[in-house]
Amino acid sequence: MANTPKKKQTQLSQIMGRLKKNKVAMGGLIVLIVIAIAAIFAPLVAPYDPNYMDYSALNQTPSAAHIMGCDNLGRDIFSRIIYGGRYSLSLGLICAVIGMFFGVFFGTMVGYFGGQVDNIVMRICDVWMAIPATLLAIIISASLGSGFGYTVLALTVGGIPGSIRGTRAMALKEREMEYLEAAKAMNCSKMKIMYKHMMPNIIAPTIVGTTGQIGATMMSAAGLSYIGLGIQPPAAEWGAMCSAARDYIMKYPHMMIWPGVAILITVLAINMLGDGLRDAMDPRLKD
Amino acid sequence: MWKYILKRILWLIVIMLSVAVVIFVILWFVPGDPAQIVLGSGATQADIERQREIMGLDRPFLVQLGTYLRDVFLRFDFGESYVFGTPVISEFAARLPRTLGLGLISMLLNIIIGIPLGVNAAIHRNSFQDQGLLIMAMVFISVPQFWLALMMVVLFSVKMGWLPPYGVGGISYWVMPVLANSLSGIAMNARMTRSAVLETIRADFVTTARAKGLSERVVIYKHMLPNALIPVVNALGMQLAMVVGGTVVIEQVFSFPGIGQYLLTGVTSRDYPVIRGSVLILALFSAVITLLVDLFYAYLDPRIKAQYINYGSKKKGGK
Repeated sequence: MANTPKKKQTQLSQIMGRLKKNKVAMGGLIVLIVIAIAAIFAPLVAPYDPNYMDYSALNQTPSAAHIMGCDNLGRDIFSRIIYGGRYSLSLGLICAVIGMFFGVFFGTMVGYFGGQVDNIVMRICDVWMAIPATLLAIIISASLGSGFGYTVLALTVGGIPGSIRGTRAMALKEREMEYLEAAKAMNCSKMKIMYKHMMPNIIAPTIVGTTGQIGATMMSAAGLSYIGLGIQPPAAEWGAMCSAARDYIMKYPHMMIWPGVAILITVLAINMLGDGLRDAMDPRLKD
Repeated sequence: MWKYILKRILWLIVIMLSVAVVIFVILWFVPGDPAQIVLGSGATQADIERQREIMGLDRPFLVQLGTYLRDVFLRFDFGESYVFGTPVISEFAARLPRTLGLGLISMLLNIIIGIPLGVNAAIHRNSFQDQGLLIMAMVFISVPQFWLALMMVVLFSVKMGWLPPYGVGGISYWVMPVLANSLSGIAMNARMTRSAVLETIRADFVTTARAKGLSERVVIYKHMLPNALIPVVNALGMQLAMVVGGTVVIEQVFSFPGIGQYLLTGVTSRDYPVIRGSVLILALFSAVITLLVDLFYAYLDPRIKAQYINYGSKKKGGK
């Protein structure tokens, strides 16, 4: 028992060591930290109140006073983008963590029990996955409403079966390992075998996979807001800002460009970090 | 093989029935009275009661569900739109070919552009083209589709005036929706193919093939590729769900009158038959293509077929 945490630490520190050498991943991490700090301390960073309407600056193109210009109601776009990071980052993170929790919990269980349990859960997942995730998000969001909690639900539900499948595949491999036989021989309870012995071996690759999910979730969240579901205007959400800018795209494209650039940079940073993590987990993949 | 195909088709029917039930149940929980939606806000209480009877809303939940399933699966009747009063199926006739076209052409581009790009990058590893592809792929994977589509509109319609910004018509109306819907898929496929090919480059059978003195072309196209592409084909099924989901947003951006746009009009006006029908059709589209991909996969990799067939007989044996 005393050896387990120690071994885990070295595995983790090995991964971190490899990650630190990856310049692209570290670049992504730094950009992400900057965005996160800006979003958390938005009131200190943003030059204007995100909802303050300056009627003398309607539709203003980028200038020294408003570096990204103003929208159709005279609100400073740069300030709104900084506040908008709060929605995108929290939505991405919360949905990914919830999805991962369900995936690991059920995936480990299904993988451990196998047989009939596995069969039933996998068939349910098949049906679940037959409805494309975007469609499911649209329907849930449309039927429940547009609150933050409902949006989280809408964005999470579609990803759960895939997450269960992924963990299950790993659990099936772990099931054949000798240490599980040892645990069974020691008369460990099923719960203990599953969540104390198997799960730590599954969790690291799952976290890496989840990092990749965060970016995709953020894009879905923005897409949902764009089509008028999910987080809605006047909230300073990036997708909602694009949606509001749609009517002005011909004359004032800057209103549309900057929120999109914000999404692009954030998702790019997350994906760069996610790729780096995956390579660090499994150095074999890299070369 | 026939037994496997039959089994998969039966399973497809089960999946479609389940999807119909799931959608029905989700919409059942939505607050608001469909009779009220049909009649509009000026209706009296008595009118609404009468309408509820006509629509069968006063009957128990299970009876309503049963009627719905019977209508859809035995009579192919998706009901009538609450708002327009027209049968949903007649709308499908005009809209389905557009959505199918958009989805299938996008899928096709994903495959015929993405895979060769990935193979090329893997063969010329760490070269200029490899690095360039990786950077481009990373950007296209990280860009939101709807925004990419809108930027295309700004560039090609507003600034250059080359392509129409929205609507349907000749081929020029299809260029931007198809591109916007397929660029991220192409990027994903290219990356996946690249790493899959790199995995096989080190495989023993490739070394053997080289040691036999085969030409590099034969090694690559006859020995490496068929093996490397197996995981790529498997992932295509997953990608398809994304393409189908993507069409909904893309159709909205380009006011492209397909099923996705129909679904969104249904969503805004709470037009349940429209929502149910559209989701069912899109799910069927996605399920059929997934089935085809799986069959192709089983054809490529005999291990999978064997696994499926044994799987069934093992179950009967107790475990």
